[in-house]
Amino acid sequence: MQIRPIASALLHHKGGTLLIVLQIALTLAIVCNALFIIHARVARLSRPSGVDEADVLVVQNQWLGDPAPQQIQALMASDLQTLRRLSGVVDVYASNGFPLSDGGWSKGVRYTMEQRTPASATAIYFADDHALDTLGLKLLAGRNFRADEIGHMAARDSLLPRVILITKALADRLFPGGHAVGKQICIGGAPPSTIIGVVARMQTWIGNYSEAWMEHSTLVPFRLLTSGTVYLVRVQPGMLERVARAAPQALFTANPLRVIGPGDVKTYAQVRASAYKKDRGMAILMGVICAVLLATTAAGIVGLTSFWVAQRRQQIGVRRALGATRGDILEYFCMENLLISVAGVSVGTLLALAVNALLVDRFEMQRLSLAYVVTGIVVLLLLGQLAVFVPAWRASRLSPLKAGRTV
Amino acid sequence: MFGYYLQLAMHSFRRSPGLTVLMVIIMGIGVAASMTTYAVFRAVSGDPLPEKSAQLFVPQIDNIGPQNGSSGNQLPDALTYTDAMALMRAKAGARQTAIYPIVGDVVPDEHLQLRPFTANGYAAYADFFAMFNVPFRYGHGWHSDDDDRAGNVIAISNRLNQRLFAGINSVGQTLNVDGHDYRVVGVMDDWNPQPRFYDVNNGFSFGDTPDYYLPFTRAVALHIGSNGNNNCSASGKPLTPGWDGWLRSECTWVSLWVQLPDATSVQRYRQFLSHYASEQQRAGRFKWASNVRLFDLNGWLDHEGVVPPEARVSLLVAMGFLFVCLVNTVGLLLAKIMRRAGEIGVRRALGASRGHIYGQFLAEAAAIGAAGGLLGLLLTAAGMHGTDLLFDPDIAKLAHLTAGLISSTVLVAIFATIIAGLYPAWRAARVQPSWQLKSQ
Repeated sequence: MQIRPIASALLHHKGGTLLIVLQIALTLAIVCNALFIIHARVARLSRPSGVDEADVLVVQNQWLGDPAPQQIQALMASDLQTLRRLSGVVDVYASNGFPLSDGGWSKGVRYTMEQRTPASATAIYFADDHALDTLGLKLLAGRNFRADEIGHMAARDSLLPRVILITKALADRLFPGGHAVGKQICIGGAPPSTIIGVVARMQTWIGNYSEAWMEHSTLVPFRLLTSGTVYLVRVQPGMLERVARAAPQALFTANPLRVIGPGDVKTYAQVRASAYKKDRGMAILMGVICAVLLATTAAGIVGLTSFWVAQRRQQIGVRRALGATRGDILEYFCMENLLISVAGVSVGTLLALAVNALLVDRFEMQRLSLAYVVTGIVVLLLLGQLAVFVPAWRASRLSPLKAGRTV
Repeated sequence: MFGYYLQLAMHSFRRSPGLTVLMVIIMGIGVAASMTTYAVFRAVSGDPLPEKSAQLFVPQIDNIGPQNGSSGNQLPDALTYTDAMALMRAKAGARQTAIYPIVGDVVPDEHLQLRPFTANGYAAYADFFAMFNVPFRYGHGWHSDDDDRAGNVIAISNRLNQRLFAGINSVGQTLNVDGHDYRVVGVMDDWNPQPRFYDVNNGFSFGDTPDYYLPFTRAVALHIGSNGNNNCSASGKPLTPGWDGWLRSECTWVSLWVQLPDATSVQRYRQFLSHYASEQQRAGRFKWASNVRLFDLNGWLDHEGVVPPEARVSLLVAMGFLFVCLVNTVGLLLAKIMRRAGEIGVRRALGASRGHIYGQFLAEAAAIGAAGGLLGLLLTAAGMHGTDLLFDPDIAKLAHLTAGLISSTVLVAIFATIIAGLYPAWRAARVQPSWQLKSQ
């Protein structure tokens, strides 16, 4: 197979050839980056939260009538009792927030009170001795809170914990050599707190602010006495739906002076879905665009090649008459397409890197890995061959007699 | 002549229906993808208050200090209570209001037999309503006297008025929020600028209309905390416990807006602000030189990054997609037209000028574009339902199929296809009649 005659034939169709080259190049540039965006988003939304999400329920409760801290303490204790008595409930605790929510508390962590800039940020989760069991957090070292260590804190009180639990990510950040248990750190502006245990993983809330320290969390041994409280409820397997219905009813029966709105009882599946809604949507959108784009490009190649075949009927007839086999004709058009595609993906690779540079610069995305470019190139070359096959096959079926006849 | 061209276009369509349908579909999809993402982008990036935005400003004051991590671009988004009150008292702008988001439980009157429900609102000053051109259905905002005496007055949204008072004029009625009674002074008309420019720093840029507004002074007197961000990174030592300790702390949580009608007053306000921070330095509170900034409304939205990156990326990708569709259409039109070189030769030989050939093929491209536009319109309407897949429901519902969008969808399709038709039409016009006729 000689390339030169094909190339010289292409030079007679500069316009059409350039159009297909351009189209393949643009398609490669968009598809590579779209695949990369899909990968990044999917990687983001598959991060584990640390919570046993299948069996945990979130109930957000708001007290009416602005009760005093002492009253809230009693109300909260009775609510915990009520929830614990429900059939299907394994364990409960009250907190200010939960992983994957849309906002929360954070503090700077310092080694000493004198240190000016914090060593890290951390999410603050109010907890008691039931927190680990309720969420299914794994204790890697040290111990859990004891019941007698749990205190109470009013809305505007300073957070002054004596003992804390931290996540492994935070422990590794603060004490790279390990052995965080027993060490002391300062949470916010508070005097030193002793780390009594390290849990494997507990994510923060989802948002730009916490993105850089997604797994830096601290559990503090307090019940927060504000009018808004989150109850985290661990249920027996398969009881999620039933408890989700029963819990607000039981709480209202025990005390109607509260607000638990329609969106305030959520399974963790719902929490996760809303936390990563944008990421999932973006991945789906990019997937759809990739598919439609590839289909468009394939259609374009089919259309133009069909045209070329029609234009070159006589030529094909002459070649066939001079002894070219059907295979030769088929090969000719496939080779022609391969030449165009290679030119297209070469330009496209440069274009893909340029688009990626723009995205990195403007949208803080990561650099495109070459694996995506290679995947894109392979996909486009295959697509080109597939698209050209039908018109090329049809050309090879032309009988030399018919094809040679003038129209 | 145009009619004749359309006739020729129809004829050409009958000769190669597959190719024509393909072009229409591709243009339709390309236009729909870009118009859908454009609708979302326009909705989130528009000027929420065009008639006033050049006069509204947000001051920032560095209370963290460069040695503790603040920099020229990273000043706290909000002010401390101390600074906000000092700026309010100074009255250095034509109008000013401190604002913070609050949440409360509305307890409906017993005869309504409604369960109490949570409602979102803002604590603000009387100037808020005049500064932001808030329209009222009944009554009006409170008077500045109520700011001074921390009056128990409330302005409510039309929606809350519907829910609690069946939409009648409820001015003078009593409303219970969090166990406290307020007198309704005004019912606002539907007013929900998007983005909610006056509260973009708390993550409430997009969303439903807030339900109520209270005097800032009243909210503080009742110890109603902020429902937004509260950043205490500037306070090195633990806060003094309790509400007053928090008010006196270096925690930032109050937004401040100033109306400055002209360039001179902007200049004066900058000087005032800088002077204020220097005074704080002299008093020993700031251990660094005055570092302040003053943003106008649109500058502030930019600074806070209100437009979600998803909106920009998807618009960019959709535009690239439309471009590929265009290139594709150029190729297909070229194929379609060059296949008819013989016909062109005959027309030229019979006296059609190059301009006539141009006209004929551009008319054909426009017809394809119009069909693509209509298909694109259907797909855009479908795409509007798909926007909540990608965006928060609050953002997704901002994208509407307006008359402007409908006409621009069709126009973009026609215009784009005509552009795509230029090169093929040029090639067609250059066809040599003698050459074509000879080869027949």
